[in-house]
Amino acid sequence: MALAKLKFFAAVTAAALAVLGCAGTNSMSVKTANGIPMGATGPHPVQPLPDKPHFGKAISEADIALWNIDIRAPDGKGLPPGRGTVAQGSSIYQSKCIACHGADAKGGAMYGTMVGGIGSFTGSPRVLTPGSMYPYAPILFDYIRRSMPMDRPQSLTNNEIYAVSAYLLSLNGLLPADGAVDQTSLPKIMMPNRNGFVVDDRPDSNAVRCMSNCK
Amino acid sequence: MTDKVRTRSNSPAKTGDVQSQPSSRRRFLSHGMAVAGSTLAAGVAASAATAMAAPLVIPESNKSTGKPMPATEYGLPSKFEKHVVRRRTDVFVNRQNWSDWSMTPLQHQPGIITPNGLIFERHHAGTPDIDPATHRLVVHGLVKQPLSFSMDDLARYPSVSRFYFHECSGNGLTDWLKPASNTVQQTHGLLSGVLWTGVLVSTLLEEAGIDPKAKWALFEGADGSAHIRSIPIEKLLDDAMIVYAMNGEALRPENGYPVRAVMPGWEGNTSVKWLRRIKLGEEPWHFRSETARYTDPMPEGKWRQFSMVMECKSVITSPSGGQAMKGPGFYEVTGLAWSGAGKVRHVDVSFDGGKNWREAKLEEPIMDKCLTRFKIGWNWEGGPAVLMSRAVDSTGYVQPSVQDLQKTRAIVGFVQHHNAIQPWIVSAKGEVSNGIGKA
Repeated sequence: MALAKLKFFAAVTAAALAVLGCAGTNSMSVKTANGIPMGATGPHPVQPLPDKPHFGKAISEADIALWNIDIRAPDGKGLPPGRGTVAQGSSIYQSKCIACHGADAKGGAMYGTMVGGIGSFTGSPRVLTPGSMYPYAPILFDYIRRSMPMDRPQSLTNNEIYAVSAYLLSLNGLLPADGAVDQTSLPKIMMPNRNGFVVDDRPDSNAVRCMSNCK
Repeated sequence: MTDKVRTRSNSPAKTGDVQSQPSSRRRFLSHGMAVAGSTLAAGVAASAATAMAAPLVIPESNKSTGKPMPATEYGLPSKFEKHVVRRRTDVFVNRQNWSDWSMTPLQHQPGIITPNGLIFERHHAGTPDIDPATHRLVVHGLVKQPLSFSMDDLARYPSVSRFYFHECSGNGLTDWLKPASNTVQQTHGLLSGVLWTGVLVSTLLEEAGIDPKAKWALFEGADGSAHIRSIPIEKLLDDAMIVYAMNGEALRPENGYPVRAVMPGWEGNTSVKWLRRIKLGEEPWHFRSETARYTDPMPEGKWRQFSMVMECKSVITSPSGGQAMKGPGFYEVTGLAWSGAGKVRHVDVSFDGGKNWREAKLEEPIMDKCLTRFKIGWNWEGGPAVLMSRAVDSTGYVQPSVQDLQKTRAIVGFVQHHNAIQPWIVSAKGEVSNGIGKA
């Protein structure tokens, strides 16, 4: 026990020294493997748990299935089997979406347009719609399933979600009016904003701490 | 004796009426210039050394018993503080209030901790009402053993309590180039200071066993939007928390009850509320909430993505927009400074629109990624002035001006991550107004 405690304090001290050792560096330069600036590392080392208590209950992936709804947008990983046509999506939209988003998804009682805006980003205003903004089409499936319709999220079937996705893609000129999408085709749709994103490169300013007769 | 107490306690209304008289000062502060003219004149008179205070009478509170102690109660602020409330934005008025935000009245907050009833809100499908007895948090994906945690399970781990600022990435988005908001609550109120209590994310991940291939994890809420963000593993192994308490009590429903994530120093929406699921994966998912939203416009039609850190920032909370000076004389100018990249090292204050600066005093404690209170004395001589604060953090980063940020970013539409210097204009009459874009 005494030895365990000694090891515990040694670990804390070593970690604390490691943190202190970074104190002089510009911590915005700490970046993830993907180049995302992290900010400073925390004030404390990762909490050591000498007794390593385990209170989690084992659960199988099968028993998480109903919660496991995320879609990895770039490759569509997680998209379920199913299929929906633009025409089916239009029909679902008329009954479940139009109240908030308006006719032809051009904006309604609650929210603005979901159509157009492609090519608007170099001017002002930038018109943000699924067509203009989403870099990957599977975002439609993921977002509609988890969040829509707002008064009854997670109530649509997979086929219905594919259909509404197809309808919105069609309104944005990204799918023919007689088109359809499924698990395989949705990730292949080339979205206009695919290459529109840059990784965080801040700090991006070089303000100086001037004290007198500035500007 | 008992009867006497009871009789007296039955007349609170009368006591209240008498006590409401001193609130004229508060009304003056919050309603500003409607009454400022006459009060200013009084203020000038009062500043003379010969000014006399009014004769004192025995207040009603000395001459009666107060409200008896109820058997049980959750205490509330004085009825004279009813104006200190969260408020939805006055500028960007949403047509629904499920995906909306409300702001902290920073002009009324002393110190660095925000009371739980005043912590700003931002949610995407309203506030759910979750029973902690049935709520579960799962950790799965690229782990050796998927795990499910009940709230009772989470409470059994050795707890960690840490002070952090909490700020929405959209704080200030209505006020980049010209004034739209009148008060600091509206310009900067998507900001709060909180003592969070819970367990480190790393504790739970290590128990599940992290697959070396895991580089990111998604955090997902149990609300109607199932709000979700991808977070890099480095943050999760650093200081990310799973919390069930804030400022000494259980999370409030609107702040994530019964359990939420806290990503210290990062944009607020990464601290997913009503947390139900953490899934480890090899790469980010690119959800709508990290592509179409919570990204920053850049030149040439581009968007900056995964801009997580809330950079060093400060604002003067008194005097601030909508307030009125009480005549020439001494003022303690005070405000808040913070940085998602470390500690606040300096705050400088200018009274002449940024030409000359004086270093303010930082009040202890000064903590990592936490609100820091700064104060500086000022003798207002009654003329026009432009007040600004500028913070420097422990990385050496100096809080920029809007013009500095415009050199690299596109300020168009709803622009997030506004950490630029906030000017407050003080007129010769003592009116304080938003000077963004003017000074």
